[in-house]
Amino acid sequence: MTTPVQDYTEHTIAATTRRADVARLRSDFPILHRQVRGKPLVYLDNAATTQKPDVVIDAVDAYYRRQNANVHRGLYMLSEQATDAFEAVRESAARFLNARDSSEIIFTSGTTGGINLVAAAFGSAQVRAGDEILISAMEHHSNIVPWQLLCERTGAVLRIIPITDDGELRLDAYTKLLSDRTRMVAIVHVSNALGTVNPIKQMIACARECNIPVLVDGAQSVAHMAVDVQDLDCDFFVLSGHKLFGPTGVGVLYGKAQHLEAMPPYQGGGDMIRSVTFEKTRYNKPPQKFEAGTPNIAGVIGLGAAIDYLRGLEWEAIGAYEHDLLTYATEKLAAIERVHLIGTAPHKTGVLSFVIDGIHPHDIGTILDFDGIAIRAGHHCTQPLMDRLGLSATARASFSFYNTREEVDLLATAIPKIFEVMG
Amino acid sequence: MSDLGELYQEVLLDHNRRPRNFGALEEASHVAHGHNPLCGDKLTVYLKVRNGVVEGVNFTGSGCAVSQASASLMTEGLKGKSIDQVEAMFTKVHNLLTGKSTGAEDTEDLGKLRALSGISGFPIRVKCATLAWHTMHAALTEAADEISTE
Ligand SMILES: Cc1ncc(COP(=O)(O)O)c(C=O)c1O
Repeated sequence: MTTPVQDYTEHTIAATTRRADVARLRSDFPILHRQVRGKPLVYLDNAATTQKPDVVIDAVDAYYRRQNANVHRGLYMLSEQATDAFEAVRESAARFLNARDSSEIIFTSGTTGGINLVAAAFGSAQVRAGDEILISAMEHHSNIVPWQLLCERTGAVLRIIPITDDGELRLDAYTKLLSDRTRMVAIVHVSNALGTVNPIKQMIACARECNIPVLVDGAQSVAHMAVDVQDLDCDFFVLSGHKLFGPTGVGVLYGKAQHLEAMPPYQGGGDMIRSVTFEKTRYNKPPQKFEAGTPNIAGVIGLGAAIDYLRGLEWEAIGAYEHDLLTYATEKLAAIERVHLIGTAPHKTGVLSFVIDGIHPHDIGTILDFDGIAIRAGHHCTQPLMDRLGLSATARASFSFYNTREEVDLLATAIPKIFEVMG
Repeated sequence: MSDLGELYQEVLLDHNRRPRNFGALEEASHVAHGHNPLCGDKLTVYLKVRNGVVEGVNFTGSGCAVSQASASLMTEGLKGKSIDQVEAMFTKVHNLLTGKSTGAEDTEDLGKLRALSGISGFPIRVKCATLAWHTMHAALTEAADEISTE
């Protein structure tokens, strides 16, 4: 009976190395060492925004200190260097998402900016009265409202893919909703409120059969798994830099070249033009066609540093670690009396939404803050989802690879204290 | 630094656990709906005003402890008051919640409502507490159908 011993040893070694790795990763993020109200910060709001490693902060700092110049216009060396650095990030973003070509990468202000761009530019060219846009019941407001605006403008109709009580998309209903009136499927890759990972590859394949384009809201997926837009075969993919360990105010829209060529511009201004006269303006090619005005250069540079940082990590190991953390946290929280987990789909990333009998999520959030624990409480910009689940709000802990089992323990021990405070 | 105990004072917790004057008021003369888009909380305030005097105040809705207790305490505090007194109380409570009260004379006639005093140390939670009061004010002045804290 030597096997169990060996198993145990191997498991211990694996666990130890992992702890060492996480300790090393944590040391890359300066904010994780600060205190809140005299307690070490336990940051469990990674779905709202992720923390930034030194390399990102330093890249932004170095850009402003040594490289700052406008891009795509200066004839002098500084501007050339800034432009090179800026365009190099387009290349690395293309590699990061495995886009065919870097001209398929458009810099935006974030996920919201990307979806609005597609809804406006693609929508105005392709969507007419009576057409349908298909989204799901678990979308973030930013993947609802731009389509509603489009529907208001065009007379198109918004259709909703229903979900189960566990927070899983109803694929049977989805396939039935696809029709020759459907002009776009816009779907969240990972739900920010529930953590559900949607079977987007399968969904895209279904839509492909009817030649319907698909936009994937990847705001919550890119920080937790490898994304390959060619393998997914999606038409558009949007993400936010700040949820990917990069700066706020910058994001990426991937769009298949054929769409970007055919789409009219979104905003007009400098950079997106080839020539302007009062009679006739000729537009630039993609991606510049969709990047009017001076972009968020420092943000893009910071995002590039974040992508480089992530390139040094093993997605498979990260996925396994985060899965373990989620499983651990799920068990810990489910064992606490009065706690109910919201969103129990079989395939999830590290998002744990919960409610407590008789205690409002806002009170949970305030009280946990006194233990240095940062979670989100509210509707998570998913009010239709909350309505579907019969809730007004949830408390949500969301994890990243720098979180630890010890932090989960702190959360689990802090929750019973809420009962004490609230009496 | 503000303390949890200052926010969750016993009176506040009691009113959260057992809200007073909870439920629709059939013979209400003024009604308004309030909404806090930040958290999705909804509140309806019912007032029965006769000859310039508030004869009854009720509320319905759901929300956090702060919003429930503030609404409940408000219903108790307003009963029997004249419209002018309600206006004065509205201002005083607003000052209390936003930390603008200057001295004891500002708060002495607020009675139990002083249990809301700890909220000013929690800026994010101030709107939870003001929702009921703005909704009540809108009902009286018939300003709008729905009041939003934003
Ligand atoms: C799923 C999802 N989509 C879209 C967004 C919007 O992202 P941003 O605010 O960065 O534009 C978020 C952010 O919370 C999100 O979680």
